[in-house]
Amino acid sequence: MNRNNLILYIGILIFGIAAPFIFPAFKVQLSILCVLIVLATTWNIQGGEMGYNSFGNILFYGLGMYLCASVQVGMFFPLAEWTESGGEKTFVHTPAQFFQGMAVGLIVAAVVPTIVAGLIGYSILGLRGHYFAICTLGLGVAAGEISGGIEIIGAGQGFTTPPFPNVGSLDSRGEFFYFLSFFVLVLTFIAVRGIYSTRFKLILNAIRDNEDKAEAMGIETMKYKIVGWMISAFFCGLAGGIMGGLVGYIDSTDVAFDGREMGVFMVLMAILGGKGTLWGPIIGATVFHIFKEGFWTFFLGWQYVALGVLIVVIVIYFPEGIMGWLREKYPERFGEVVDEKDRKAQVELK
Amino acid sequence: MDFMVFQYPMISVQACLDGILLGILFALIAYGMALQWGVMNIINIAQGDLVILGGYIAYFMYLYGIHPAWGVIVSPIIMFFVGIAIYKLVINKVVDRDLFISILATFGISILFMQLMNFAFGADVVLANSDYGTTMLFNNNVVLPNSKIFSAFISILFAICLVIYMKKSKLGRAIRATAQNARAAKILGVDTEKVYAATFGINAALCGVAGALISITFTIHPYMGLPYTIRSFMIVIVAGLGNLPGVAMSGMGLGVFEEFADYILGTEFRIGSVFLLLVLILVYRRFKLSRKREYLK
Repeated sequence: MNRNNLILYIGILIFGIAAPFIFPAFKVQLSILCVLIVLATTWNIQGGEMGYNSFGNILFYGLGMYLCASVQVGMFFPLAEWTESGGEKTFVHTPAQFFQGMAVGLIVAAVVPTIVAGLIGYSILGLRGHYFAICTLGLGVAAGEISGGIEIIGAGQGFTTPPFPNVGSLDSRGEFFYFLSFFVLVLTFIAVRGIYSTRFKLILNAIRDNEDKAEAMGIETMKYKIVGWMISAFFCGLAGGIMGGLVGYIDSTDVAFDGREMGVFMVLMAILGGKGTLWGPIIGATVFHIFKEGFWTFFLGWQYVALGVLIVVIVIYFPEGIMGWLREKYPERFGEVVDEKDRKAQVELK
Repeated sequence: MDFMVFQYPMISVQACLDGILLGILFALIAYGMALQWGVMNIINIAQGDLVILGGYIAYFMYLYGIHPAWGVIVSPIIMFFVGIAIYKLVINKVVDRDLFISILATFGISILFMQLMNFAFGADVVLANSDYGTTMLFNNNVVLPNSKIFSAFISILFAICLVIYMKKSKLGRAIRATAQNARAAKILGVDTEKVYAATFGINAALCGVAGALISITFTIHPYMGLPYTIRSFMIVIVAGLGNLPGVAMSGMGLGVFEEFADYILGTEFRIGSVFLLLVLILVYRRFKLSRKREYLK
């Protein structure tokens, strides 16, 4: 890590910690942005680096969301009665219970999806290309439909997560969730950056470029694919758990297993920023979130139309994303040596 | 859970007949998907939304007092041009690209269509009533709406017409040639761009027919598209590309599976069971293929 990078990271860290105090009105939006960055970055591990384009990471996100909320309630009160009472709360968490439940819930929300990813990984990751994409799409939708039929977690009417207890000032809820999501974001960034500097990333890239050849070179591709997916699942589950508490209400198809929104968003953000780069998904998520909030506020009702058009435009015209575009424009900054003669010859050919 | 199916055999008969009639419709949609997959190497996630759009055309004819069965003729004509418009705007830019790009682009189209239909037609579940009455079978134990029989009959008719068209006509030959080898077809003077546009148009027209039939027999709703896409995808991977009897058989099988899932698990799990079946079939296929690879080793 050179000096410039260190200054950059410290600058971002300070900005991140100061952000809720600079923009107090946007605390919730900033927390959602953190969650979105986590989702895009972890989608990128298997979508961008490994070449396994999944629509199904929403499965882990939704699973984490339901698990975190269920554990938080179930640790202290009977879960069935809680969901049955719906909006009218007969049970109230004390602050200690709330935070205790949240901590345990987040651990469960991270660990269980990881285990699930490991268990289904061997069967699902054997699929290639578009079969994998459609299969994971099916998994996400099936999870949504099935969880919508299970009574104990609210079925069709939804599940209200425990409300934030009365501690500190009125702003403390926003601050708590912001710092929680920012902490997870920092954790994700450190983990992903660490992964990307090891041999593991090179193996993932080898799988993306030519899986059969990688296997022929003696790499146990299946093992690495499963581990890659498990890392994604871990952070997706955490992000889901936080998002459940932040939104305050879980619905099976509209919030948790929302393949139409969140499931596509993570793919879109990673592609917009640039697949297979460290900073791409982060930039993509930030740009996307700002753009989306603009649309969602000013074009209320037309947001899905805008989303559909946006997907088509991004996919057709910017498949390389922002980072890919920058890389083409300033290859020197990315450490690529450009042979001027070669470049000119290519321009003339065009 | 409801085990009525096993106690009363007539319910099984009912489910089987319903499923078969339903499955013929699925097979028609799947045939369109197999066509574009084979020719253009594209998986169209918006397939189901084209079906629903076709259904709304028939529904609107019904609202204006025309018998919805005429939708079977009007809807494919309109949908053909809708399909060509989609091809010209989006699909021709993704044809020779990565398959994932086409999946994502058509996913975008699907979301767009879903929402536009929601604006235009409202979020209510609607059906076009055909007044065809019902047929009673087996001592009045099995009830079959005539509209279902009608829709299965029309589906088979359209499928046969299309097969003959593909075999005999010049365009059909060009489409088959492009499917076999696009480059060679181009060298031999086939305008592949035109063939692609026509293929997508024909696929959309098939969706239009199926949609019109679905609006008569079942119900339509702007958000119901994705399950139809998944069903047709499933049928195609089970049957393989260009295997029409296989498509028909697996379509009927899927229909019967769905009816039984509906009876045994309950209606709320119907769509979920379809998606789970997709996952199971893909996983089964993966293990079968990997065993084949091991033989080669």
